[in-house]
Amino acid sequence: MLTEEELNEIREEVKMYPIPSAACISALKIVQEHRKWVSDDAIKDIAEELGMSNEEVDGVATFYSRIYRKPVGDNVILICDGISCMIMGYESIYEQVKEKLGIGFGETTADNRFTLLPISCLGDCDHAPSMMVNNDHYNELTKEKVMDILSKYK
Amino acid sequence: MEKPLTEYITPGSPPLSLNEYRKAGGYKGVDKALKTMAPAEVTEMIKTSNLMGRGGAGFLTGLKWSFVPMDEKDKPKYLICNADEMEPGTFKDRYLLEGNPHQLIAGMIVAAYAIQAETAYIFLRWAYKKAEKTIQKAISEAYKAGYLGKNILNTGFNLDIHLHTSAGRYICGEESALTNSLEGKRAIPRAKPPFPAISGLFGRPTVVNNVETLSWIAHITNKGTEWFKNLSISGTGGTKLYGVSGRVKNPGLWELPLGTTIREILDVHAGGMAEGYKFRGLLPGGASTDFLIEDHLDVQMDFKTVAAVGSRMGTGTMIILDDKTCPVAFVRNLENFFALESCGWCTPCREGLPWIEKILGAIEEGRGKMEYLDTLKFQTKYLAPGHTFCAHAPGAAEPLQSGLKYFYDDFVRHINEHKCPWR
Repeated sequence: MLTEEELNEIREEVKMYPIPSAACISALKIVQEHRKWVSDDAIKDIAEELGMSNEEVDGVATFYSRIYRKPVGDNVILICDGISCMIMGYESIYEQVKEKLGIGFGETTADNRFTLLPISCLGDCDHAPSMMVNNDHYNELTKEKVMDILSKYK
Repeated sequence: MEKPLTEYITPGSPPLSLNEYRKAGGYKGVDKALKTMAPAEVTEMIKTSNLMGRGGAGFLTGLKWSFVPMDEKDKPKYLICNADEMEPGTFKDRYLLEGNPHQLIAGMIVAAYAIQAETAYIFLRWAYKKAEKTIQKAISEAYKAGYLGKNILNTGFNLDIHLHTSAGRYICGEESALTNSLEGKRAIPRAKPPFPAISGLFGRPTVVNNVETLSWIAHITNKGTEWFKNLSISGTGGTKLYGVSGRVKNPGLWELPLGTTIREILDVHAGGMAEGYKFRGLLPGGASTDFLIEDHLDVQMDFKTVAAVGSRMGTGTMIILDDKTCPVAFVRNLENFFALESCGWCTPCREGLPWIEKILGAIEEGRGKMEYLDTLKFQTKYLAPGHTFCAHAPGAAEPLQSGLKYFYDDFVRHINEHKCPWR
């Protein structure tokens, strides 16, 4: 079941478009914002709300890289592996995070605190290497700086 | 030297409010267009100005608008601002969106008026969280000031602008894929024709323009086409946001006359190579452009001049290859990106790009054979324009084919030495 809050937010988005199904991506994002990820049940509920088939909504959900169809940790770390960040040494940042958290790309820590994912170019190329944690941007990363940043997320 | 696009942007400070930007003359072009010009006159003016699309393709903006049917029965029509900046190495639209959203909104009002669209969308990349806030604030100020909504400036023209934030995928930057995405579908490019000007968003006439392109529009209606043309060195018209990333002393973004040479951007503005690094090559305008090398440094950064030496100006934000970065790893990184971001609709792209990425991986890791280089070469032919529905695969072929051309010896060294000489 979608919560009242989720439904209200989705219906607000629907107003932006001439047909309800156009708000499908926004609906998926809204549910994810509240629950961290999008479950099979949520897919069905969104489909019902927007007058789409479950398969259609799942087709959309699985296409977009920022919609998570599996549970993620409390915080999602996105390390930019774009070309400018590669030149400026994102690999050493990744190695550092990997070593400290004991997880690689696509994995979640045992305490569920962090999920680690790669992300393509964040548009921070003149301040590379860069990353995001949840909705926060960080750039000009060094091995020391990255550990300070992560300590802020509980 | 005039810098119209970035004049009111102070990095680190919030953007100008509507009132501040209006006081600076920022909305004059809107008043002038809506109150004194017919829609067709605006389109004609933009056509005459020779404004070329700043998203990378360089298509004439006024010409694009002129394809939109203008009868009353052709409504509703749509204007879309493509703010899905995701080309690796590109960070120019972000600067404009965070720094001066009213400049974009002013341009969108005039553009929508020209094609008589009453609904416009800003399709924003999900990751641009700061821009999301600045745009949202600017839109609500514009509604309050009567620049958006019904009967704008008492001219009878109505316009709503909605902000849509995306959910990832590079392919959303392709205009027909973006259109599908705005309809709530998978972002698969559409077969063309019909072109968006005839059948775009929800099957209606639609124009999709880039952020930097739209940011120009109200400046041009305010100051005229001659003023615009005189801003460039090359005569094409306007300034350009040029950027440099990689191992240079001062990576960054600068608004300079269109046609500034690569050497000036690199040496004067980016300060030359960083201490201990030598220049080997560059991608002039993002990941999907062909490499250029030392011989090309005096080339002017403009659509025609860069094309004349076998590459594209693209987004105008350069990525520098230095001597301490392995060219094979560089190209592999790009092809990995293109392979991941392929929407999977057409075979050469869906099957070819992962194949290329695997071969490059083998070469980089010292498992390569000489015949792999021939496979890479024929792959670039299958990815060329005419074999695919959109420009994704042809774009992916550009750094690969030119990488093989200019850094061939480095590829061969990996194969002969059975390892990456840079590791």
